[in-house]
Amino acid sequence: MPGITREEVAHLARLARLELKDEELDHFAGQLDDIIGAVAAVSEVADEDVPPTSHPLPLTNVMRPDEVRPSLTADQALSGAPAQEQQRFKVPQILGEE
Amino acid sequence: MTVTDLVSYEDVLASYDPVMGLEVHVELGTNTKMFCGCSTTLGADANTQTCPTCLGLPGSLPVVNATGVESAIRIGLALNCEIAQWCRFARKNYFYPDMPKNFQTSQYDEPIAFNGFLDVQLEDGEVFRVEIERAHMEEDTGKSTHIGGATGRIHGASHSLLDYNRAGIPLIEIVTRPIVGAGARAPEVAKAYVAELRELIKALGVSEARMEMGQMRCDVNLSLRPIGREKFGTRSETKNVNSLRSVERATRFEMQRHAGVLNAGGTILQETRHFHEEDGSTTSGRIKEEAEDYRYFPEPDLVPVAPSREWVEELRGTLPELPRLRRNRLREEWGISEHEMQSVLNAGALDPILATIDAGAPADQSRKWWMGELARRANEDGVDLGSLPITPEQVARLCELVAEGSLNDKLARQTIEGVLAGEGTPDEVVDKRGLKVVSDEGALGKAVDEAIEGNAAIADKIRGGKVAAAGALVGAVMKATRGQADAARVRELILEKLGVEG
Repeated sequence: MPGITREEVAHLARLARLELKDEELDHFAGQLDDIIGAVAAVSEVADEDVPPTSHPLPLTNVMRPDEVRPSLTADQALSGAPAQEQQRFKVPQILGEE
Repeated sequence: MTVTDLVSYEDVLASYDPVMGLEVHVELGTNTKMFCGCSTTLGADANTQTCPTCLGLPGSLPVVNATGVESAIRIGLALNCEIAQWCRFARKNYFYPDMPKNFQTSQYDEPIAFNGFLDVQLEDGEVFRVEIERAHMEEDTGKSTHIGGATGRIHGASHSLLDYNRAGIPLIEIVTRPIVGAGARAPEVAKAYVAELRELIKALGVSEARMEMGQMRCDVNLSLRPIGREKFGTRSETKNVNSLRSVERATRFEMQRHAGVLNAGGTILQETRHFHEEDGSTTSGRIKEEAEDYRYFPEPDLVPVAPSREWVEELRGTLPELPRLRRNRLREEWGISEHEMQSVLNAGALDPILATIDAGAPADQSRKWWMGELARRANEDGVDLGSLPITPEQVARLCELVAEGSLNDKLARQTIEGVLAGEGTPDEVVDKRGLKVVSDEGALGKAVDEAIEGNAAIADKIRGGKVAAAGALVGAVMKATRGQADAARVRELILEKLGVEG
């Protein structure tokens, strides 16, 4: 049983705004399926006595000082936006007609 | 939409017991955002304070702002909370364009601070304990502008515009446990709690907590249960109630509305509601039939926060005197009533009064000017006392001039007028306007003689023992000297010249 279908990968690609060619879809669908299979194998091994791992490294308290770093310019920030207006990200209607 | 009749407040209380829950968001006054180094300065051009991290671009990684964590711990400690030994951030996933990442970095079941309380003092001095469930760290969202609908509302808009300058600014969310037992005083308790919390946040110096600027925002949860019943009723959640007065009004309105629905045999919908500043009402927002599924999971890109006990104790040592205790201490030191102290607080005069005392003025004089002439002027001009163009040092100097007899109260008021009009320091205004008290005994004596001469009948009355009539002569002298005489000295001179004992 495949973990993910080619159609699902195509759907995800569209949601992520990634333009994938047919051969890329074939390629990634196979890769993603392998990854999901590997994760499924780990899930089978993990029993009640194994706590879920959220962080693989035993690090804590990684913090930075409260010092301003340069930001992007508005042009840079907006460069990947599909649409913009008044130096803002333009997004489609949020609430549909009811 | 059905309109529910409101039940009179007395009738609500005759049948029901209110239960409240208050959620307050405080925007921290850090220099940078919670998870990246973008500036948090207000008023910048749209989208000029963003970076790959707060825009959620692929490959970017967040790093926690140390001052943000420190502020969260200090707030927790000031609220008598326990501080987590170890806690994580979590992703709160939702689909709404105000967060470019499609999730808000927050904390879920491991808040940094929990199990606390805040004692609040009501206007009559009664102390009410509000229990704190938790205080956790998260980030603010971007600002949406809705285009094409009526008056900028999201309903009917054709599209929306997003400015992400605010996305990622540190927020601390403080959540109370259900507040029970407030009864008739529920709206007052809600207001007093938010007011006390704001004072506390300001005293800690972690935020200016200006509600009108959105630096502190309150959601009011309210439910009613029939008196005597243990189980809570269904609650409504009124969002973004953004002034102290509104917190009180929203609570009161929701009590009256809930009772109306319940009395009519209806059921309260679990929903969010919008508060309307104009008439103090609320209207239905989003219906929340079940808890939304935010698919929380631990944030893999941020390592856990595990504040050492040494650090926590060190931060405990930096806590200021609690605002409530400080107010009570000052009230006792100044020897004034609860009511008078309340007036000082309502006028926003506490800080200016204290700064003036620090600048050398006696407490009673400092209070007198800030609560008198200056409060009147601030009120007239519709501004905060603190933003009047006069400094505490200048008010202290004014007090000094009065104390040494160079100015009387009337001249002092004129001096204030001059300072507020931008004519300079009190000394400069006194010079320019020639406001010194006439202390030349010769000139004063002459003015007194003239007043006695011009008001022979009154002078006779005084000679006859009616000392109270001296006021009229003092008035005449003050008029003749254009208010620049020391009234007490004038009175002395009049009585002396007429041979009467004061």
